[in-house]
Amino acid sequence: MIKNIMIVGVGGQGSLLASRILGRAALDAGYDVKVSEVHGMSQRGGSVITYVRYGDEPVYSPVICKGEADVILSFEQLEASRWLPNLKIGGAIITSTQQINPMPVITGAAEYPTELISKLKAENVNVLAADAVDIAKKAGSVKASNVALIGLASHVLGFECEALRSAVAACVPEKALEINLSAFDMGVQAAL
Amino acid sequence: MLPNEYRIMKDFMLGNQAVAEGLYEAGVRFISSYPGTPSTEITEFAAKYDEMYAEWAPNEKVALEAALGAAIGGGRSFCAMKHVGLNVAADPLFITAYTGINAGMVIGVADDPGMHSSQNEQDSRHYAIAAKLPMLEPSDSAECLEFARDAYDLSEKFDTPFILRLSTRVSHARSTVEKRDRVEHEIREYVKNPQKYVMMPANAKGRHTVVEKRLADLQEYVENCPFNKIEHGTDNKIGIITAGTCYTYAKECFGNTVSFLKLGMVNPLPEKLIRDFAASVERVIVIEELDGVIEAHCKALGIAVDGKNLLPKEGELSPELIAACVLGKKPDFKALDEKIPVRPPVLCPGCPHRGVFYVLNKLKLYVSGDIGCYTLGAVAPLNAMDTTLCMGASISALHGYNMVRGENDKTVAVIGDSTFMHSGITGLANIVYNGGHSTVLILDNSITGMTGHQDNPFTGVTLKGKPAPNISIEKVCAAVGVNEDHIKIVDPNNIGELEATIKAELATDEPSVIICRRPCALLKQVKRLPSLKIDTAKCKSCRACMKIGCPCISMKDNKAVIDDTMCTGCGLCEQLCRFGAITK
Repeated sequence: MIKNIMIVGVGGQGSLLASRILGRAALDAGYDVKVSEVHGMSQRGGSVITYVRYGDEPVYSPVICKGEADVILSFEQLEASRWLPNLKIGGAIITSTQQINPMPVITGAAEYPTELISKLKAENVNVLAADAVDIAKKAGSVKASNVALIGLASHVLGFECEALRSAVAACVPEKALEINLSAFDMGVQAAL
Repeated sequence: MLPNEYRIMKDFMLGNQAVAEGLYEAGVRFISSYPGTPSTEITEFAAKYDEMYAEWAPNEKVALEAALGAAIGGGRSFCAMKHVGLNVAADPLFITAYTGINAGMVIGVADDPGMHSSQNEQDSRHYAIAAKLPMLEPSDSAECLEFARDAYDLSEKFDTPFILRLSTRVSHARSTVEKRDRVEHEIREYVKNPQKYVMMPANAKGRHTVVEKRLADLQEYVENCPFNKIEHGTDNKIGIITAGTCYTYAKECFGNTVSFLKLGMVNPLPEKLIRDFAASVERVIVIEELDGVIEAHCKALGIAVDGKNLLPKEGELSPELIAACVLGKKPDFKALDEKIPVRPPVLCPGCPHRGVFYVLNKLKLYVSGDIGCYTLGAVAPLNAMDTTLCMGASISALHGYNMVRGENDKTVAVIGDSTFMHSGITGLANIVYNGGHSTVLILDNSITGMTGHQDNPFTGVTLKGKPAPNISIEKVCAAVGVNEDHIKIVDPNNIGELEATIKAELATDEPSVIICRRPCALLKQVKRLPSLKIDTAKCKSCRACMKIGCPCISMKDNKAVIDDTMCTGCGLCEQLCRFGAITK
C-alpha cells in the first residue's frame, strides 16, 4: 500500500518543513519514501504544492495526481478547495481556516468564494478545519502553524503521535522545539 | 575502481543534494556554478563539504570555463546550471568536446518542463547531440548520486566531459540514497599539449577527428553500459522506452505488466540494445518529456514506435497524463462547482522592488525587463513591464528599441544586481560606446533573490561564506563610461525621491544609471518592523494603497485592512495614503 499526502498552501507558509517532518516519520517507520517540492518563483506568495508518498512497496513517481491523495493538508481554505480534485474518493482534507487573498482578489478581478468549508462538507468530503495560526500563536509563535496543522491531522496520517513528535524533534531547530512540540500537542487536542 | 570494503550508509536526500554527495565521493576538487532553478542546491550542498572548493561565478559561461580550466589543470571539476544557463555556456561547452579534459569533468544541467520557474521549456538533450558529448539522465536521488559519481571515471576514460541532465522533479524530490566514502584523486600531471588545448584551425581539425572517433567509442560503450536497464514485464505486448523522471511516471502507470528499457545514458543512444528490445515486444511506446529525441532515434533506426503522436511535447508529463493519453483512463475525483481564483506568485511583503514598479507604472514608461523576482513587476496591478527576454537583455534590448524609436525619455531598463553582473555590464558598455541615451535602473537588493539568496560578486561574501572584495556597482558603471553625475543611488521605498530621480535622468541626453538600493526583505539581517495599521475612521476607501499590489492589503467592508501576520512595516502604503489613515 502506498499512502499519498499532499501539502498545499501559499508560498512562505512553511510547507517545506511540514513535508520534511512527514518524510522523516515515514522513513523512521521503515517505508520507502518520496517527497517532491517546488522551489523558485512559485514560492513568492504563489500556490505551493508538496507531495509526500510512502509505502511498503517501491514508490516510483514523486507526484500525486487527480483522485490519488489520501490526505490533503492545507494551510489555507482556497488552496484546500483548489486541490480537492486530487483527493481520493473517501480521503480527508485537514485545513487551516486561514484565508489569504490572492492578487486577483486584491485587485478586484476575482472574488474569494464564501463558505468554502461548508461547500466541501456538502460534497461529502471528510473535512477537519481549525485555525492553525491561532493554535500556533497560543503555543508561542505563528511560525509553528505548520506543525500545529500536522497535529490536527495526526489521526489520519497513519503514524502514532509519538512517532510524529520525534519526527518534529528531528526536523525543527533546537531553540524552536518546545514551541513546536506544544503547537503539535495543541493541534492533536483541537482535532479531538 | 572502488574497493569492496566500502562502508555504505543510507540517507534521504534531495536529488540536487545527492548530486553533490556524488561529486564528493568521486573526489571532485573544484566546482563553479551560477544559480538557476532547479539546479541551484547542487552547488549550495557541495559547498558544505570542506574537501571541495565551490564558488559562484558571475555567469554560466565563466563557470563552465573555470571548471574546464580546473580539469585541464588536473583536478576533477563540476559546474551546474539551469537549461537556459547552458545557452549562456554553449560556447565553451562545444569546445570541451574538442579539447577533452585531463582530470574528470561533469556539467550538470537542470531542465524545467512545465516552467515552474523559467522563461521557456528547453530540452537539453539537443545540446549533447550538437556538441557530441555523452549525457546521463538519473530518475531519482539514488541515481543522481551514482551517475554523478560514476561519470568521473568514464570522463577520464573517454577524455571528455559528461553532461548530467536533471529536471525539476528529479532535482527537487527527496528519496533514499546509498552513500560511500570519498575517494581522493591526486592532482593529475599537466603536460603542455597545444595540439589538444589550443583550438586554432590547424589543431582543431585534428581534434574534430578525435571527437568523431570518441563518439564511435561511446556508441560501442552505450550498448552494454550499466546505466541502461531492461526490465521484463509479465507479458510481451508492450515495451516502453523511457528515461529520467518519465520512467517513474511510466512505472506508476503500467506497473510490472509491460517491459521497460530504461535509458540512463541518453547520448549517444544505443542502437542494438533498442533493436533487440523492440524485437522482444509487440508494440513499442517511447515516453519522454519535451521533445521526441528517443523517438526520432528509433524511427531513424527504422523501428515503428508510438510517442509524441500520443503524448504532448509541452509541459510536464505525469502518471495521470500518461494513463489518459496511452490507456484512455480517466481518474475519479470530486471538484467544487465554484470559480477558484488563481494564485500567481507576487512580490513579497516589504519587497524593495514594489516601489520601483509603482513609480514606473505611474509614469507610464516602456520598461525593458529582465530575469529575477522583479519580473513579477509585470503582473497586475503593477503592470510595469513591456519585455522580459533573457538574462541581461533588459539593457541591450532597450538600446536597440531606443535607437530605432528615439524615445529615450519614455523608456527604462530594469535589471537586478546579480543579473547586471551576469550579463548586463556588456549591454551598458554598448550603450555608452555607441552613443545611446538610455536610462538603466539597477535594482540592487544585495543578493541573488529569486533562486533563494545566493551571494554574487556585488555582495562581498563568497559561497563558502568568506569575505570577498566588494565590487561596486557604481564604480563598474563609471568604469564602463557612464558619467558619474548620472549615476544616482536612491532608496526605492522613498517613492517621491525615486520618481523625481527617474524623471530627471530621463530628461538628460546621455546614458544614466539609477541604482535602487535596498536589501531583499527576506534577508535575515533585514529587521522586520511592526505591522502598519489602518484607521478605518480616516479611510476614504479610495484604494490608493491597493495600487502597489501588496499581498498584505485588502478591502473588507469597503475599508482597507492590513494583515498583521504578513506586514513587514516597509511604509510604502503609508506614502500613498492622502488621508493619513495608515499609521505605524
